[in-house]
Amino acid sequence: MKTANKIVSAVRLVQDALDKAHEFSDYNIFTFINDEVALKKAREIDAKIARGEKVGRLAGVPYALKDNFLSPDGETTASAKILTGFSSPVTATAVAKLEAEGAIMIGRTNLDAFAHGSSTENSYFGPTLNAFDRTRVAGGSSGGSAVAVALNIVEFATGTDTGGSIRQPASFNGVYGFKPTYGCISRYGVVAMASSTDCVGFFTKSSEDMNLLMEIANGKDSKDLTTLDNYYNDVESKEIRKIGIVKDFDNDSVAPEIRKALSDKCELLKSKGYEIVELEMPALKYALAAYYIIVPAEVASNLSRYDGVRYGFRSDNSADLDGLYANTRDEGFMPENKRRIMIGNFVLSSGFYDAYFLKAAKVRTLIIKEYEQAFKQCDFLLTPVSPNPAFKLGEKVNDPVAMYLEDMMSVSLNLAGVPGLAIPAGETDKGLPIGLQLVGPRRSDKALITFSKELENE
Amino acid sequence: MVFMKVESDTIYHLADLSNFSISEKEAESLKKDLSEILKYVSQLDKIDVEGIEPTYQVFEMENVWRDDEILEQEALREDLLSLTKETKDNQIKVPKVL
Repeated sequence: MKTANKIVSAVRLVQDALDKAHEFSDYNIFTFINDEVALKKAREIDAKIARGEKVGRLAGVPYALKDNFLSPDGETTASAKILTGFSSPVTATAVAKLEAEGAIMIGRTNLDAFAHGSSTENSYFGPTLNAFDRTRVAGGSSGGSAVAVALNIVEFATGTDTGGSIRQPASFNGVYGFKPTYGCISRYGVVAMASSTDCVGFFTKSSEDMNLLMEIANGKDSKDLTTLDNYYNDVESKEIRKIGIVKDFDNDSVAPEIRKALSDKCELLKSKGYEIVELEMPALKYALAAYYIIVPAEVASNLSRYDGVRYGFRSDNSADLDGLYANTRDEGFMPENKRRIMIGNFVLSSGFYDAYFLKAAKVRTLIIKEYEQAFKQCDFLLTPVSPNPAFKLGEKVNDPVAMYLEDMMSVSLNLAGVPGLAIPAGETDKGLPIGLQLVGPRRSDKALITFSKELENE
Repeated sequence: MVFMKVESDTIYHLADLSNFSISEKEAESLKKDLSEILKYVSQLDKIDVEGIEPTYQVFEMENVWRDDEILEQEALREDLLSLTKETKDNQIKVPKVL
């Protein structure tokens, strides 16, 4: 990516990005544009360059921040009414690491409120439009970040992926999107959704950029005890020979053009001497049902903290404290937030816990085992990201189960904690981007990103 | 699995557990949506998990400890109190509790 130097200033890079952010305002990409602070930070970097001082690996690079990362620049709302007015006094570790290398946040991007959704239509601020077709959804939940990169407003954007929230919007907008191994990047200062599956990751225009960002952002953080040691650069690379295809995903529920894109990439790999192996992973078709039990349970717990007392929105005119909680939560959450919280409280309640939550937790074990088996037979898997390309705005927003089905192929990675890289893989006849995902075993992050070069068209 | 149709009193009970003061209209649409979601996830009935241990987290370690020491805080008390609507004597003011 382009960094600032003596010829191209940081101010120029940042001003260009800010101008584009305003120019594309009708796409509803940003919840906040960081005009003043971004330019101030750019001038500081230019001054350093002028003095001949060392600058970071992302000097003057404009980026977009998903609005569920805490930092003092702008309000952190997670696109939810209940967090409006909340300016964070603390900075997420991932943000601090990027900015220490000179990256400059030019805006906060729209998402489904609290990252609950697959289209960015569940945002309190309204939907973000797809970069390729303004009548279609951006995907979600990190829709704003994906479109900001796809429209070339910024060099990269941050995202969070709990069940596909980076990979699916990346594939809907023709950019790279990476969900690392669980625990690879610190989640300190990121609005929690489901703690056993949440991952921080990025959107970029190339695999090289993705690798650079991962080198910067990965690693142990004393503020997040669920971070792994700094393994990203240290894992020994092994020779990649076999790529697995999941037969269970090759059926009529997947759009023909996506199946074609997958078989085209398989042919490309074969022509380069790789072996394609077909695998059966029968437990994966239950991943979605298990996911929509486990994740709502964790959501119900994580979102119980929003009560209008300490920060964010507070409902007026409540007679007593209980009323304040109930009114604030009723007015402050979007319908999808409420569905998930209530489903979570249902599956955790006595009488239903064993039948739903415990059962789903056991299915999760089967899914993990199935991935372990798969990676004994192949090095990486190549699968669709979602069964369809970007769908129309409004098409699924009032039908929660139809929306959930779009996550069919992405959620199992989060349940198993394995990494997945969404890569651009051509377009449909209508000109909509198609994405595929490369999936690897835990800690194979760097090898996965490096290998994706093999899938680029000549 | 024990899937049954979700009745209105279940919805109000769940709203109560979740701390939502929902309207009648909202309860109706939640009843429909939650029924459909629970019907969908009930397909786990079809999978045999006899003898399988549950997995609750996929982090590779358990019980990660840190030293019990006071670390520098990013936010001061005043910063945190400034985020709320109303304070008095360094405390957060809310409507009456009883």
